[in-house]
Amino acid sequence: MSTFIDLYNYWIFIFLMMIGFYIVIAQGNLVKKIIGLNIFQTAVFLLYISMGKVKGGTAPIIVAGDASYSNPLPHVLILTAIVVGVATTALAMALIIRIRKAYGTIEEQDIHEQDASL
Amino acid sequence: MISSHLPVLQVILPLIAAPLCVLLRRSSLLWLLSFSASLGAMVIAWLLLQQAGSSGVISYILGGWAAPWGIEYRIDTLNAYVLLIVTAISSVVLLAAKKSIEQEVPQQHWPMFYASYLLCLTGLLGITATADAFNVFVFLEISSLSSYALISLGRDRRALTASYQYLVMGTIGATFILIGIGLLYMLTGTLNMNDLAQRLPAVAQTKTMLSAFAFLFVGISLKLALFPLHLWLPNAYTYAPSIVSAFLAGTATKVAVYVLLRFIFTVFGADYAFSVLPLAEILMLLGVAAILFASLSAIYQDNIKRLFAYSSVAQLGYITLGISFLSVSGLSATLLHLFNHALMKAALFMALACLLYRQGGVKFSHVKGLGRQMPWTFMAIVIGGLSLVGVPLTVGFISKWYLILAAIEQGHFVLVAIILFGSLLALVYVWRIVEQGFFSASDDHTDVKEAPLSLLLPTWLLVLANIWFGIDTSLTVGVAEHTAHWLLELPAPVMPGATP
Repeated sequence: MSTFIDLYNYWIFIFLMMIGFYIVIAQGNLVKKIIGLNIFQTAVFLLYISMGKVKGGTAPIIVAGDASYSNPLPHVLILTAIVVGVATTALAMALIIRIRKAYGTIEEQDIHEQDASL
Repeated sequence: MISSHLPVLQVILPLIAAPLCVLLRRSSLLWLLSFSASLGAMVIAWLLLQQAGSSGVISYILGGWAAPWGIEYRIDTLNAYVLLIVTAISSVVLLAAKKSIEQEVPQQHWPMFYASYLLCLTGLLGITATADAFNVFVFLEISSLSSYALISLGRDRRALTASYQYLVMGTIGATFILIGIGLLYMLTGTLNMNDLAQRLPAVAQTKTMLSAFAFLFVGISLKLALFPLHLWLPNAYTYAPSIVSAFLAGTATKVAVYVLLRFIFTVFGADYAFSVLPLAEILMLLGVAAILFASLSAIYQDNIKRLFAYSSVAQLGYITLGISFLSVSGLSATLLHLFNHALMKAALFMALACLLYRQGGVKFSHVKGLGRQMPWTFMAIVIGGLSLVGVPLTVGFISKWYLILAAIEQGHFVLVAIILFGSLLALVYVWRIVEQGFFSASDDHTDVKEAPLSLLLPTWLLVLANIWFGIDTSLTVGVAEHTAHWLLELPAPVMPGATP
C-alpha cells in the first residue's frame, strides 16, 4: 500500500494520460480532440519532471556546502517537448480554422457526411 | 577541415536554407536555393557512405561536448545508406517541383512550401544521423510538423482533414516515443544510444524496460504506417500536392523503418527485443496482413494516387516481413526494399504528378485512353508498376528475390506463396491502370498533350534508376548485405570499393 502511495506521481501521470487519450478517441469535435491531445502530452511532461526530482534535493544551483540537488536534465528535455507541444497545437488550430472555412463545421461527423455526399 | 564536419553539415544545409526561403519571392530563386541545399546534402551523404564503408563508424561530437553528455552524431553504413536514399529522392523530386508547384499551390504559399519541404528534409536527415535518443524525438517532430503543413497545401479540401488526422495520429505516435525514451532515461540516466546499449543489459529484467520497448515499438509503428496503424497514410498521400506525395512516399516511412531497426538492433539488442516480445511473430503477421489487405484495398480504389498509397502500405509489409526473419538475407531484403521501394514509389508518384499537371485529377475517369496522348508518362507508370510487381530487370525483383530466399531458408513456404500472391495482386492493380490508359477508348481527352519536359525528365530519371539498380546491384546489395551482417553482429563481408 505504501509503495502505491509513494508512486502517486506516476499514478497521476497514467490517469491524465488515459483521460487525454480517451478524449482524442471519443470526442467528435476537432477542438476538443486537440484539448485531449494536450492533456495527453502534459501527462508526459509530468512524467519527465517528476523523474528528475531527488527527495530533499534543492534547485541545481552551486551553493556552499554539500547539498543534494534535483536532476535538471529532464526539465531541460521537457522544455523542448513543451515547445513542440505548443507548435503542434498552433498548427492544429490553424488547420481547424481552415477546415471550418472549407466545410462550415468542426464536427467530425458532419465533415464525413459532407465528404461522403460528394 | 570541412570533411570532418560532414555528419552535421548535411543536416545544417537544409536547416539554414529553409528560413532563407521565406525571404525570397521568385519561384526560380526559391527552387534554385532548395535544390542546391538538397543536392549538397546528397553529395555529403554519398561521401559519408564512402567514409563509413572504408573506415567504419564516424563519430561527430556537436559543439565539442563529449558524448554521452553532449549530442553525438554517429554515421555507420546503415544510416549513411538511409541518408543517401532520403537526399537522392528529395533532390530528384525537387527537380520537378518548380513546374508542379507553380500549378498546384497558390503563389503566396510558394516560399512556405519550400521552407516546409526543407525543414521536413532537415528532420528526416537529423533523425537518421543522430545517436541521441531524445534528438530523434526532436527531429521527428520537426519533420512531422512540416509534413502536416505540406499535406494541407493540397488543392482538395480533404487535404485539410487528411492533414489533421495525420497530425493527431502522428502526435500520439511521437508522444509514445517520448514516453519510451523517458523510461529509458529513468533506468539508465543516459540518452546516448551507444551508452544506452551498454547500460540496458543490467536492467533487462525490469518491467520498466519492457514497457519502454513496447511504447517505442508502437510509437515507431504508427510513424511507419505498420498495418493496422496505417490509417493516416492513404488520405495523406492522396490529397497532398503530388510533389509532396512523391517525397513522403520515398522518404518518411523509410526513415521510420530505420528508427525501428536502430532501436531494435543497436539500442535494445536483437536478443532482448525478440525474446521479451514475440516480435518476430508480430512483425510477420502484421507484415502478411499488410501485404494481403492493403493490396486488396488497392485493387478497389477509384483514385490512382490512393491506389498507390495502399500499395505503399503493402510494400511496408514486405519490409517488416524481412525484419521478422532475423537472418542476413531477411534483413538484406528489408534494406534493399527501403532503397528499391523509395525508387519505384517516387517514380510512380512523379508520373502521377505529370498526369495531374495535364488533367487536374488522377481518377480512372481522368486517364481513359490517355496512353496514346501521354505515352512517356504511361510508359513510366508501366515500368514503375512492373517494378512494383517484381519483374526481373527491375529493382522490385531484387528485393523480392532476397525476401523469398530468406523465407525458403527458414522453411516458411506459406510465406513464399503469400509473397508471390502479393505480387499477383500488384499485377492486378497495375493492370487496371494500363487497361484504362491503353485499351479504353475515350473521345474526351483527344487534345491532351504529353507532360512538359521538366516533369518528365525527373520521372524518367527515377524510372531508369529502377532499371539500372535492377541490373547493377553492386551498390545496393553490397551495402545491404554488409549492413545486415553488422546488425546481426556477424563478421561482415568487405564493402565493395573499401580499402582493406
